[in-house]
Amino acid sequence: MKISFDKLDKAFENRVRLQIMSVLAANERYDFNSLKDLLNITDGNLASHLKALEKEEYIVVHKSFLGRKPNTNYEATAIGKQAFKEHLNTLEQLIKQQKLT
Amino acid sequence: MEEKELQNELASIRSIMERSSKFISLSGLSGILAGIYALIGVAVSRYFFNPASAISHPPTSNDASGIGSQTGDTAPVTGLFYGGDYVFHISQMIIIALVVLTASILTAVILSKRQAKRKGQSMWGKTSRALLFHMAIPLVAGGALILVHIYRGHYGLVAPSTLIFYGLSLVSASNFTFSDVKYLGLLEIALGLIAACLPGYGLLFWAIGFGVLHIIYGSLMYLKYDK
Repeated sequence: MKISFDKLDKAFENRVRLQIMSVLAANERYDFNSLKDLLNITDGNLASHLKALEKEEYIVVHKSFLGRKPNTNYEATAIGKQAFKEHLNTLEQLIKQQKLT
Repeated sequence: MEEKELQNELASIRSIMERSSKFISLSGLSGILAGIYALIGVAVSRYFFNPASAISHPPTSNDASGIGSQTGDTAPVTGLFYGGDYVFHISQMIIIALVVLTASILTAVILSKRQAKRKGQSMWGKTSRALLFHMAIPLVAGGALILVHIYRGHYGLVAPSTLIFYGLSLVSASNFTFSDVKYLGLLEIALGLIAACLPGYGLLFWAIGFGVLHIIYGSLMYLKYDK
C-alpha cells in the first residue's frame, strides 16, 4: 500500500508546532519560558503556534502564579499525543517506502 | 520531501525530546578531573597524617569500635578515621573532603556551561534544576546522617555512607541526564556496602569510588558524548 504525504498531520506541517508537540510528548508539562529558551524563538511566534495547537485541542493550558509572576504551563491532551504518534508513524513509513523504491 | 529530509525531521524530533527532558550538557571531562582531585585528596590525607600506616594495615576490631586502642609500641594503625587523635583526623579529613568536593563542583559547573553553550541548552533551565533537585534529596539526607555518625563517634560508617548516598543520588538523578549515570550510581552503592563490611579500608574505597570510578566513567562519557 502506498502512503502519501497527505497522511501527515497538517497541524504539524509547521516545524515549530512539531517541536512543541515533541517537547510535550517527552514531558508531562512545560512552561512558556522554558519552551521559548529551548526552541530559541520569540514570544509572539511561540504564542501564535501554541494558540494554533490549543485550537486543535492538541494541548491544554494551565495558568497559575508563582509569587506575583504569571506561570503558564502546557500539557498535551490524549488527542494531541495520539496525533503526534500517528504523525511519527507516517514519517517512518514514508522513509521505509522511499528506501524500497 | 526526500528521504534525507524525512530523516532529518525524525532526528530533530528525537533530539528535542531529549534536550527538553534531560540535561545532556554534563561533561565527561569533569568526571575525569573530579576523579583526579579525589585521588589527590586521598594521597594528601595518607601522606600528611599517617605516612607510616598503610591501607594494608587495617585497624584492629578495637579501633573499629571507636575506642582508641593505641598502645605504646605497636605501630599506630590509622586508616581512615582511626588512630589516636580522632578529632584531629576527622577535622583534617573533612577539610580535605570539602576542598575536593568544591573543586569538583566548580569544574563540573564550568565545563557544563561550555558544553551547554555548544549543545544549545540553558545551563540553569528546567532540566538542570530537575537534575539538581533529585540529586539533592539523597545527598542532604546522607549528609545529615553522616554528621550524626561523626557526632556519635561511628567513624567507620562515614566512608560507606558517603559512597552509598552518593550512589543513590546518582541513580535518582539519572532520569534527568544520560542514563549511564545510573550504572555509576549502582556501582557506588555496591562499593559502599562492601566498604561497610570491611571497616578500616575507608580511604581505599574512597579512592576507588570517587577516584577510579569517576575517571573510568568520565572517560567513557567523554568518548561517547563530548564530541
